Amino acid sequence: MNVLVFADSDNGKVAKAAYEAASYGANIATKSGGKATLVTYGQVDNLNELAQYGISDILHAESVDHVDPMQLAALVDAAAQSTGADLLIFSHDYTGKTIAPVVSARMKAGMVTGAIDYPALDGDFVVKTNVFSGKAFAHVKINTDKKVITLLPNSVSKSKSEANANVTAFAPDLGNASVSIKETKIKGGDGINLTEAELVVSAGRGLKAPENWGMIEDLAHELGAATACSRPVADVGWRPHHEHVGQTGIAIRPDLYIAVGISGAIQHLAGVNGSKVIVVINTDPEAPFFKAADYGIVGDAFDVVPKLVAAVKELKASQS
Amino acid sequence: MNILVCISKAPDTTSKITFKESNTSFNEDGVQFIVNPYDEWYALVRALELKETQGGKVTIISVGGADYEPIMRKALAIGADEAVRVDAQPLDAFQVASEIAAYAADKGFDLVMAGKETIDYNGAQVGGMVAALMHLPYVSNATKMDVAGSEATVERDKQGGTEVLSVSLPAVISAAKGMAEQRIPNMRGIMAARSKPLQVIPSSAPAQLTETVRYELPPEKGSVKLIDPENVNELVNLLHNEAKVI
Ligand SMILES: Cc1cc2nc3c(=O)[nH]c(=O)nc-3n(C[C@H](O)[C@H](O)[C@H](O)COP(=O)(O)OP(=O)(O)OC[C@H]3O[C@@H](n4cnc5c(N)ncnc54)[C@H](O)[C@@H]3O)c2cc1C
Ligand SMILES: Nc1ncnc2c1ncn2[C@@H]1O[C@H](COP(=O)(O)O)[C@@H](O)[C@H]1O
Repeated sequence: MNVLVFADSDNGKVAKAAYEAASYGANIATKSGGKATLVTYGQVDNLNELAQYGISDILHAESVDHVDPMQLAALVDAAAQSTGADLLIFSHDYTGKTIAPVVSARMKAGMVTGAIDYPALDGDFVVKTNVFSGKAFAHVKINTDKKVITLLPNSVSKSKSEANANVTAFAPDLGNASVSIKETKIKGGDGINLTEAELVVSAGRGLKAPENWGMIEDLAHELGAATACSRPVADVGWRPHHEHVGQTGIAIRPDLYIAVGISGAIQHLAGVNGSKVIVVINTDPEAPFFKAADYGIVGDAFDVVPKLVAAVKELKASQS
Repeated sequence: MNILVCISKAPDTTSKITFKESNTSFNEDGVQFIVNPYDEWYALVRALELKETQGGKVTIISVGGADYEPIMRKALAIGADEAVRVDAQPLDAFQVASEIAAYAADKGFDLVMAGKETIDYNGAQVGGMVAALMHLPYVSNATKMDVAGSEATVERDKQGGTEVLSVSLPAVISAAKGMAEQRIPNMRGIMAARSKPLQVIPSSAPAQLTETVRYELPPEKGSVKLIDPENVNELVNLLHNEAKVI
């Protein structure tokens, strides 16, 4: 089947999730004897790198610089028509989640959101996805000829190919914008994007006060990890809301999730139980989080975390 | 302001999730159902605030069987004026969105609001599909929203920050945390809800594009490996050599 992958661009770059979506789309196209094309827009400084992930053609709509989901959906529509795509792949990130259902309804293409694996291709087209906030999986069958999938970040590995994609300029008519931008507020600094992070260090009420987060940031820094938090600490303003993970925050699936001073309430676990390895540091041996953990230390964060920072430093020093 | 709020039902966040009939359907035994938090705390309450300051009417709509009525009464108790139930089992996002779009098509709503996602199937699909089917502008994941005349100013989350957008009405907006504060229905609201209109309308029998063939629970975690707090190096060693994640 012919596959079209949409890659969001932001601040002159496509995100890491786009490499995964490209690899995923290219893999399906190869297995089913079709071609994979990718469509992206705006200024993209890492287009040459993106071209190395198995895609045959990249349609680049450089002059599109907008925020209207309907216009982005029109862009994908036009690309799907010009490439005869049967399957459309989006990353399950803010932009992908927004425009994929619009495209799906316009094309009457059955859609699965939050896929975590490759579809079965022999016989029925069935995709495995996360449901009940990560407490279960569903296998969903798409009954239409045209299909849409959004792929959860960190679900499949990205893989490079020999050949490079051809990049072609693309400038379809997208109609008028009904949404316009007034202001953008970028959250400060060099922080690692939480939904895409492979390593995450997270802390909760057990830290007692916002000024105690220094050691959490140190640990994240030594590991090259993103930081996250439980909901109550975001609610009281100790940490910014975009760090709040869980059922009502964001769901993440990093390789490693280190939870410090978090009890492990079911609503918190819902956002992190897709993590490959979970480490829990908590003074209370009965904390429910230990049941979901791979490794645990029953101990005081104020004692354990600084030691952990030192131990990671030592490991990194021995590796370099 | 004439506002339509899409209300779905979801298992309480503490529910234990199990399946029956060889893992082909969700086991509702003992599960407490609530109004999907994004629909109730954010979309509905913000719609009520707009009505209170600007006048108008708030209608809620659910696509579901009679089992939806308790949560619809709750939304009425919080303050919605009237309710519409499309009598159909919700099986697929496109089917649900088509029912909502078919109902709303000729009603002249200024705003159609949904939650950013349901906490059971986590589809995040219905809002965008309703917008596409009704040919209306769409803004998702809105954390703030104000309306002046025929224009809404909406703040939404995006990768690594937020954006303030301006959108012309009528439009479809999906609500995320931050848009409003939860309201607990009071006795008067609960009494009033009993006599508010809850209209049941027949399905427009739209297509269903997907079906869930089977559910699966994640594998049980083996028991946790505990490490002595005096021996933190051992943890780093295990993460490096055994788990191979650092
Ligand atoms: C509808 C709903 C949705 C929710 N959504 C979310 C969500 O998305 N995300 C979320 O996180 N929560 C959510 N919650 C809240 C959730 O139920 C818990 O209340 C919350 O996760 C608890 O946060 P916490 O673990 O930081 O705090 P606590 O439960 O207070 O736990 C603090 C932990 O720190 C430990 N501790 C104390 N001192 C130390 C020390 N010195 N060293 C080490 N450990 C220490 C304690 O033993 C305890 O286990 C939701 C709740 C509801 C009702
Ligand atoms: N059966 C339903 N009836 C009415 N509205 C619904 C229904 N299902 C979903 N919605 C709305 O669509 C939003 C997104 O749902 P979903 O796409 O299923 O994640 C929800 O937050 C509701 O506002």
